[in-house]
Amino acid sequence: MTETRADEPLLRVRGLAKHFPVRTGFRSRGLVRAVDGLDFDVRPGESLGLVGESGCGKTTTGRMLVRLLEPTAGTIEFAGRDITHAGRRALRPLRQDLQIIFQDPYASLNPRHTVGRIVAMPLQVNGIDPPGGVKQRVQELLELVGLNPEHYNRYPHEFSGGQRQRVGIARALALRPKLIVADEPVSALDVSIQAQVVNLLRDLQRDLGLAFVFIAHDLAVVRHFCHRVAVMYLGRIVELGDRADIYERPQHPYTRALLSAIPDVTTLGPGGRIRLTGDVPTPLDPPSGCRFRTRCWKARDVCATEEPALVPRDGGRQATACHFPESGPVTAPAPAQRAVAADGDETVDPAATAGPDAQEVAR
Amino acid sequence: MSLSPVEGVALAEIESGGDAGAEKGFVGRSPGQLAWARLRRDRTAVVSGAMLLFFVVVALAVPLIEMAYGIGPREQFQNRLDGFGMPLGYAGGVTGEHWFGLEPGLGRDIFIRMVHGLRTSLFIAFAAAVITAAIGIVLGTVAGYLGGWVDAVVNWVTDLTLAMPFLIIALALTPTLALRFYGQREAVPPAFQIGVLVAIFALFGWTSTARLVRGQVIALREREFVEAARAAGAGLGHMLFRQLLPNIWAPILVSFSLAVPAYITSEAALSFIGVGLTDETPSFGRMIYRSLDYLQTDPAYVFFPGVTIFALVFAFNLFGDALRDALDPKSSR
Repeated sequence: MTETRADEPLLRVRGLAKHFPVRTGFRSRGLVRAVDGLDFDVRPGESLGLVGESGCGKTTTGRMLVRLLEPTAGTIEFAGRDITHAGRRALRPLRQDLQIIFQDPYASLNPRHTVGRIVAMPLQVNGIDPPGGVKQRVQELLELVGLNPEHYNRYPHEFSGGQRQRVGIARALALRPKLIVADEPVSALDVSIQAQVVNLLRDLQRDLGLAFVFIAHDLAVVRHFCHRVAVMYLGRIVELGDRADIYERPQHPYTRALLSAIPDVTTLGPGGRIRLTGDVPTPLDPPSGCRFRTRCWKARDVCATEEPALVPRDGGRQATACHFPESGPVTAPAPAQRAVAADGDETVDPAATAGPDAQEVAR
Repeated sequence: MSLSPVEGVALAEIESGGDAGAEKGFVGRSPGQLAWARLRRDRTAVVSGAMLLFFVVVALAVPLIEMAYGIGPREQFQNRLDGFGMPLGYAGGVTGEHWFGLEPGLGRDIFIRMVHGLRTSLFIAFAAAVITAAIGIVLGTVAGYLGGWVDAVVNWVTDLTLAMPFLIIALALTPTLALRFYGQREAVPPAFQIGVLVAIFALFGWTSTARLVRGQVIALREREFVEAARAAGAGLGHMLFRQLLPNIWAPILVSFSLAVPAYITSEAALSFIGVGLTDETPSFGRMIYRSLDYLQTDPAYVFFPGVTIFALVFAFNLFGDALRDALDPKSSR
């Protein structure tokens, strides 16, 4: 996608890929192409949603962005500097601008440390002594995320899930970052708590001018939080655009299928939902051409031979990787379905069938 | 003789839950404080802990006890033995002067020799346990955290060490070393013998701790709080000592408290077969070895050291189990 705006992107990702080798004994069984060539930008103060079903490479992408995983190919540029293979020392000044919030609030806090120590850890390891002292800064941070600053000396096991996630957010904010990668920050939380935490993140974004890469499988949360949305399928971005475009005028068949799976009592009529057949193909051996073609009802011969590029349509800013993009709102009746298997067809529903928090709490 | 005291230990869980109920007010109780509170509520732990404390105090206060008792460990009381070298009186010569009686043959006081033997045994066991724990922690954390070829090398060395026959090497090494440093005629000082014993235990004993720690570190390494520290730019030292180690103290402590009694019995066993200490240094193993000659004629001689070593090891094992329960309340009993 070409950058049309004048302002420089804060994060520029090109051709990012992560391949995991699979070995049994000494024999190599090939590569899992968890992420296979991503291009996207994040501008300062903007939040980009990464959505897709489990196993599509969202989390791997997030971990590569904060360099917890080493990318196999491609480049990550942050604030104009290439950090793709930067070492720990070279990363140090950038670490302060680039932080991560984790999915599981029960695993992301060290059970042996007090909340004060946990939030102070980024300051400590970077040798930062803020004016007024570490303790005062930590208490400011706790207050900022809606926790009682008096809880400084408490341990994580004394907090609820939502409070723990707030501690994780305070820790990510300790270094005053410019970009936060939020890896499913609310998926492990109760629905009522989800809203609180998402609203907290939104307030923080507005007040502190943070940019977010917001990884989620809950489309409703992403719609609430993100300015732009990237839809991933099997390690690739299939569609990238502004929130309104993605949600109201999706062009890629997969995006349409995803959106149609959101349970909505007002629009879901009979046949209003696109049911995808079959499973997601294995990333060990992804289909040739378009990766979605094995489940796509519009697939033609060209889809198997030629990989569609992620290109903007109609001169707009919405990019779609499809040979036969759709148009129009998603609420229109689904196009001719490729197959309606009698034996209980699989539906693709990263969004929700039984409530947004019910699925894949564990990674 | 087992040198892997922790092999059978169910690994203590990493975090102890807050089932004890946090106090009201704004001072949190750490998992360690909660475990301490649980330990104090456990009657077995209190009793066995008090016994251990008693043994340790006795071992530390040996010079004082000797002064108060008024008899040295090498003093002989031949005048209290009969013509066959058997102690006069009942129960191996128990009197107000000689509390646990006298040794047949040499006529030395059993009580003061046992007190000295306790000190020797506890010193060897603690020294060996501390050294093995230190080696095991360092190798285990480094191997577990770094992985890759470091892990492979450490694992290989561990397997190699486990494959070495402990008893044969101990049997071969001890006299050879004594001969090498002191020759045929010179008397081997007790400190040297103790040092050799500790070194042999350290050489063979670190593997179980290293494996335990490595496993724990591998389980923790992928946890998100470790990744959070890495994302914040923490270095290796911070990762190992601030993030990982505080979370694996519990299993290390348990393995330590179970390793000490294992070394006590190992020392006794080695001294028994004549590898460890000589008769000059009072120790449980030597006493029991000597007492076997008099099993029928003077059963009291085997009784006192036997019961004491049993009580010592039993108290250590009970305490180790109680400690594990306190640190890991979720494990089923």
